[in-house]
Amino acid sequence: MKIVGLSGSIVGSKTRTAMEYTIETIRKKYSEIEVTFIDLADYDIQFSDGRNYLEYDGDTGYVAKTIMDADAVLIGTPIFQASIPATLKNIFDLLPEKAFLDKVVGMVVTAGSPKHFLVVEQQLKPILAYMKAQIIQTYVFIEEQDFYRKEITNDDVLFRIQRLVEDTVTLVETYQSIRMEKEAEYGF
Amino acid sequence: MENYRIDPNKGLEFGIYTLGDHIPDPHTGERISAEQRIHEIIELAKLAEQAGIDFFSVGESHQDYFTTQAHTVVLSAIAQATNRIKIGSSSTIISTLDPVRVYEDFATIDLISKGRAEIIAGRASRVGVFDLLGYNLRDYEELFEEKFELLLKINEDEIVNWSGEYRAPLRNAKVLPRPIQGSLPIWRAVGGPPASAIKAGLAGVPMFLAMLGGPAISFKRSIDAYREAAKQKGHNPDELPIATAGFFYAAETTQQAQVETYPYINEGMKLTNGRGFPKQHFAQGAHPHDVMNIGSPQQIIEKILYQHEVFGHQRYIAQMDFGGITFDKLKRNIELIGDKILPEIKKHTAKK
Repeated sequence: MKIVGLSGSIVGSKTRTAMEYTIETIRKKYSEIEVTFIDLADYDIQFSDGRNYLEYDGDTGYVAKTIMDADAVLIGTPIFQASIPATLKNIFDLLPEKAFLDKVVGMVVTAGSPKHFLVVEQQLKPILAYMKAQIIQTYVFIEEQDFYRKEITNDDVLFRIQRLVEDTVTLVETYQSIRMEKEAEYGF
Repeated sequence: MENYRIDPNKGLEFGIYTLGDHIPDPHTGERISAEQRIHEIIELAKLAEQAGIDFFSVGESHQDYFTTQAHTVVLSAIAQATNRIKIGSSSTIISTLDPVRVYEDFATIDLISKGRAEIIAGRASRVGVFDLLGYNLRDYEELFEEKFELLLKINEDEIVNWSGEYRAPLRNAKVLPRPIQGSLPIWRAVGGPPASAIKAGLAGVPMFLAMLGGPAISFKRSIDAYREAAKQKGHNPDELPIATAGFFYAAETTQQAQVETYPYINEGMKLTNGRGFPKQHFAQGAHPHDVMNIGSPQQIIEKILYQHEVFGHQRYIAQMDFGGITFDKLKRNIELIGDKILPEIKKHTAKK
């Protein structure tokens, strides 16, 4: 199983911190899983110009291909102006329409205010649904007060991250077995 | 229709097209040489002619896993190797070529083939060719429109006066040689959505509509939009042929056809497009109303006749060699077309 953790912003540290915890949780619990962490702050990504994702070079090509090869993608995102950051939207724009078909996608959200709780519900989930993701409905929502200098200080958040990781693995396995059973029926 | 060398009284024309893909066989992981692939394409055209197939075309794709980048050269070899079958491109990426040079090539192929050459001009679904030949992807749309217009003008006028943005102007330029019948059939290649179909209709040029899969009724929208747009500009839609193109594969049973093609199409799509073909969609492709003509000869006959009823098109072009399907299977397909499928299609669509 291949899981990609994607930190969708190039500024700040909270989303990166939350994603580092998430990745660490996967590594500890499931040593057999191949995990790749992509923090967009570490890459130089061009804007989407509509070409097939295989035709991007350099960092852009690497990030697009790594996501396309994954069985599950865990997306970390802050909330900017009541929406997702442009850097994250650009990643979606780089990928084909049905990029998340047969992939499980989960979300880790950081925000400065609880008022932003529904933003992913209204802004991110519709994008993932359009791109055919099997969405893990429950996301981990983390507020600024749960962090202290690049550490998560609220145990409840850690528990929620654990549950997200477990659900991700369970759902990948479940969907894979449902799909294999269904595909065996086709007989080709 | 005579301008386009099509006689509807003879029924729906049947063609074969190849993109010239060059893909390892998913069962063995091995890939035949580019030399062998090109010779097999030429051989396939000869067999198609012997089976009574009307049309054969070769496309250009400038990327890994393809081998007919110089498609006009391959077409001229086919012109030499055959006598009756009409030949064309599927498609020629006019955006990144010089229309004068393209016309010279195809007019020459027309002379070699004694009046059998056609051009299908497209915009490219992949963009590597823009870098390779030194064009700016930002001009994607305008490059095509301007150069396609020039190509049509060269086809109409032996002496051309023209100026545009992407090519040096032409002053009393003679584009030679001229094709045998004075002009070539030039088609516009169109993908799924109606927007391009409308452009083809407005220009009053024949349309080559590529269909990967899905219900015929979805593609009917593009066909209606095309005819409507043509009418709007004062062209007579009854004079404009439409060709549809898509996956084809015949075997004794539909199940067997699916077994024999799925791995090739799925792996081929992964390599060339970055996404496999979802099994669920492929399974739905067997539905009588889906445009994917993969099945038993009887089922294919019924599907093509149904599509003809819905579209009222003049030519169907089959893509059966995608993904490295072995040549013995292609030969078997040509036999099934010639012996079983073609006679039925003609019988039911020709005017009595």
